[in-house]
Amino acid sequence: MASEQAASADMTGYIQHHLQNWQVSLGDSPFWTLNMDTVVFTVVSSLVFMLLFVFFARRATAGVPGRLQSIVESVVLFVDGLVQETFHGKSKLIAPMSLTIFGLIWIMNFIDLLPIDFLPWAWASIHPEPEHAYLRAVPTADLNTTLGMALGVFLVIQYIGISEKGLGKFFAEFFSAPFEAKGPVARLLVALPNFILRLIEEAVRPISLSLRLFGNMYAGELIFVLIAVMTLGAGLASFTSASTWLLGIGQFLSAFGWTAFHILIITLQAFIFMILSIVYVSLAAESH
Amino acid sequence: MDINVTLIIQGLAFFAVVWVVMKFGWPHIIGAIEERQQKIAEGLSHAERARKELADADARVADEIRKARAEAAGILERANAQALQIVDKAREEAVVEAMRQKAIAAADIEAQAHRAREELRSQVATLAIAGAEKILQREIDASAHGELIDQLVAGI
Repeated sequence: MASEQAASADMTGYIQHHLQNWQVSLGDSPFWTLNMDTVVFTVVSSLVFMLLFVFFARRATAGVPGRLQSIVESVVLFVDGLVQETFHGKSKLIAPMSLTIFGLIWIMNFIDLLPIDFLPWAWASIHPEPEHAYLRAVPTADLNTTLGMALGVFLVIQYIGISEKGLGKFFAEFFSAPFEAKGPVARLLVALPNFILRLIEEAVRPISLSLRLFGNMYAGELIFVLIAVMTLGAGLASFTSASTWLLGIGQFLSAFGWTAFHILIITLQAFIFMILSIVYVSLAAESH
Repeated sequence: MDINVTLIIQGLAFFAVVWVVMKFGWPHIIGAIEERQQKIAEGLSHAERARKELADADARVADEIRKARAEAAGILERANAQALQIVDKAREEAVVEAMRQKAIAAADIEAQAHRAREELRSQVATLAIAGAEKILQREIDASAHGELIDQLVAGI
């Protein structure tokens, strides 16, 4: 009984340890806390993405393309095609932004496929206080990342709305759409409902974008943690018992299955984030 | 799980990456792709033009061959006509020559016959004179009786 309680406390501790960010305080209030792990792995992912992309872009020639160049070009053309058939504005920002969203989110999500304890273990082995070596390596499993990107997209949506329609029309549409009315009295009547709906609409977009990605990645990470718990604390000595063997095999199979499935999820979520951003920006550019 | 200053950092980092991609990557790739598309389009139009030129040249060659054939046929025809003409002319000349030869031969025969007749006539005259001499047993003056003898010879 006591050992079971201890094991359960171990499990809770293990899971909680995995869900705790490496935080650095920059000020007095809780807001001025920096999730160092998120920032570090975002920078690493960004560097990988930028270096790869700029490298291939610089090497791209108009001659016969090699295999890698063909792959990069087909991704670029795919994104460019999506943007061109949805977005009819003048801005040159949208296609590169969409590609960045897809590529960067995919790389950040990909960190989730690394063995769950590998990076935290490496961090703990060089940390002076291993029991306080917190590390959550997947930046997209941190709401700050997804919300930060979604708010970035939100700003771009507003910027495109203003630059494509002009400031006057942009603000007029706050009160004249989606309910359209004729005559001054009717217009006055629909102005407030329109304004409220517009505020809700604008607020919901970044929230739904960020929560969808965050939820998927957080849940995926949590499931990896739960799979890892199966043989928690089982040293080499405990592989004498049949139950440890069974759990070990079960852990291997479930981790393998979930990783394979997760490849689809990380790609799909990166794609959804990109395609919804394109759609939102395109809607902002269309006049009502 | 809590929202903190990381949010702002992440948003800024996102824009930084977008900026780098937009500034240093995207135009190169799109530029290369568009340049290649243009090259391919040019290549296709070149190929099209070359094919048209080839077809033109083929047509020209066929035209030349047809013309040459027609010319050759014309030459052949003219040559045949000329040959016929030559043969005809030769035949005519041969006929004329034959006629001439025939006329010469006829004249020759005539002359020989005439000469033979003259000879015969003179021999007859001699014979007649010799006969008459034998008959008259005296010499007849050929010059005195020449007129008579001539009349006799003309009578033969």
